[in-house]
Amino acid sequence: MVIQDVGFSLMPGRIIGLLGPSGSGKSTLLRSIVGNQIISSGLVSVLGKPAGDQSLRRQVGYMTQAASVYDDLTVAQNISYFARIMGQPKDEVARVIKATDLDGQAKQLVMDLSGGQRNRVSLAIALLGSPKIVILDEPTVGLDPVLRADLWHLFAELAGTGMCLVVSSHVMDEAMRCDEILLLREGKLLAQITPRQLLEQTGAADPEEAFLRLIAQDTSMSKVADHEHQPGRHRAAAKGERS
Amino acid sequence: MNSAFWTAGRVLLQIRHDPRTIGLMLVVPSMLIGLMAWIYTDTPIFAQIGPAMIALFPFVVMFLVTSIATLRERRSGTLERLLSMPLTKGGFILGYAMAFTLIAVVQTSIAVSFAVWVCGLQISGSLWLLFIVAALDALLGTSLGLMASAFARTEFQVIQFMPLLIFPQFLLAGIILPRDQLPGPLETLGDWLPLSHAIDALVAISAGTEDSSTSSSLLIIIAWIIAALVVGSLTLRRKTP
Repeated sequence: MVIQDVGFSLMPGRIIGLLGPSGSGKSTLLRSIVGNQIISSGLVSVLGKPAGDQSLRRQVGYMTQAASVYDDLTVAQNISYFARIMGQPKDEVARVIKATDLDGQAKQLVMDLSGGQRNRVSLAIALLGSPKIVILDEPTVGLDPVLRADLWHLFAELAGTGMCLVVSSHVMDEAMRCDEILLLREGKLLAQITPRQLLEQTGAADPEEAFLRLIAQDTSMSKVADHEHQPGRHRAAAKGERS
Repeated sequence: MNSAFWTAGRVLLQIRHDPRTIGLMLVVPSMLIGLMAWIYTDTPIFAQIGPAMIALFPFVVMFLVTSIATLRERRSGTLERLLSMPLTKGGFILGYAMAFTLIAVVQTSIAVSFAVWVCGLQISGSLWLLFIVAALDALLGTSLGLMASAFARTEFQVIQFMPLLIFPQFLLAGIILPRDQLPGPLETLGDWLPLSHAIDALVAISAGTEDSSTSSSLLIIIAWIIAALVVGSLTLRRKTP
């Protein structure tokens, strides 16, 4: 996956939505912020440090795309284990269980939970130690609309405590719930705007339509570029830098 | 170092939630030792093969359990999550090694008790040394399993590493044919493989003939464990493509 010319800043208390179709490089970009991604060129800095720096491991929470939890442990056992690895005290376990509304499931095995509950266990672990930045890779994928709305309420509450959330999704409607959105397509940043601006600029009725219009604009522009330059230029440009 | 203890505790908790696996791990070795003893009733062969069986089980079982457990960690994303936390790779590996060695010691206690009291196997040498060899054997299985899991992408593949890494060691260990009767190159190869030394050591311990070659056998097993753990830990990458 190649990501080019992506630059954005994370502000405390804000929800940044990373939107784009499957395969557009959302996970790659998020893993670059966490520091788990091998980067061939370019620079990712987080809180003034290179991404993945040891000092960042307690300040950046990360929820992977698949709920990365142990199926054969209970909710509380899962969270306690990760809390100990993070060097967090016991009451922190109770706090994140409460924050993610898992009190009723604390003693259940994760394998017996529903998809939404599993995702919340994974989220609870990402919240351990109240990191400044929480990276959430498609947290709402595969959830029904009610659970999805619940999760977005929770994200808003977390942002209210001064946390900065970066949430990826391929459901364009979720863009409206973010403070700022980054639209990604084929590793390229199409737009970085607020939801309101997105609708105003494209004149579309909903974010899905707005995204399609942006893609159409982008495609026609790159066609023009292809005509103006040598064939093969497009391929070379795809090796651009991540930043 | 603490993370090793937490990881060992977590691995043991996971196994505790899986009583069927516990049952299989603890009962199957004794069952097979019993079968062997029955097959070789009224012959002196069990006295020679019994100790080899005690060496084989912790090795094979821990290889399988570790390779699948760490493959699951890699595939489910829990490893990636752990590596984005303040966890040392050494702590992770040591945690697994401690948990499975503990299980192997319990497994060996049951297998040895069964072999001695039910099947009539004679152990003339030191029981302590016997458990040390069994624990090293388990560690060897754990470290090779950890290494194998890095080279497999699916459970099907990782299971295939067992015939690849374990069967040849079993065939060349001198159980099927004494090593000095093997063709020259195979004898040399067998002399360097760790399972051969585990079996040699256990045969010596049960006959009560431990000597300096037993200690050098232990050193060779330890060297293999360290080598496999180093290779295994190199495969735990914080950053992946």
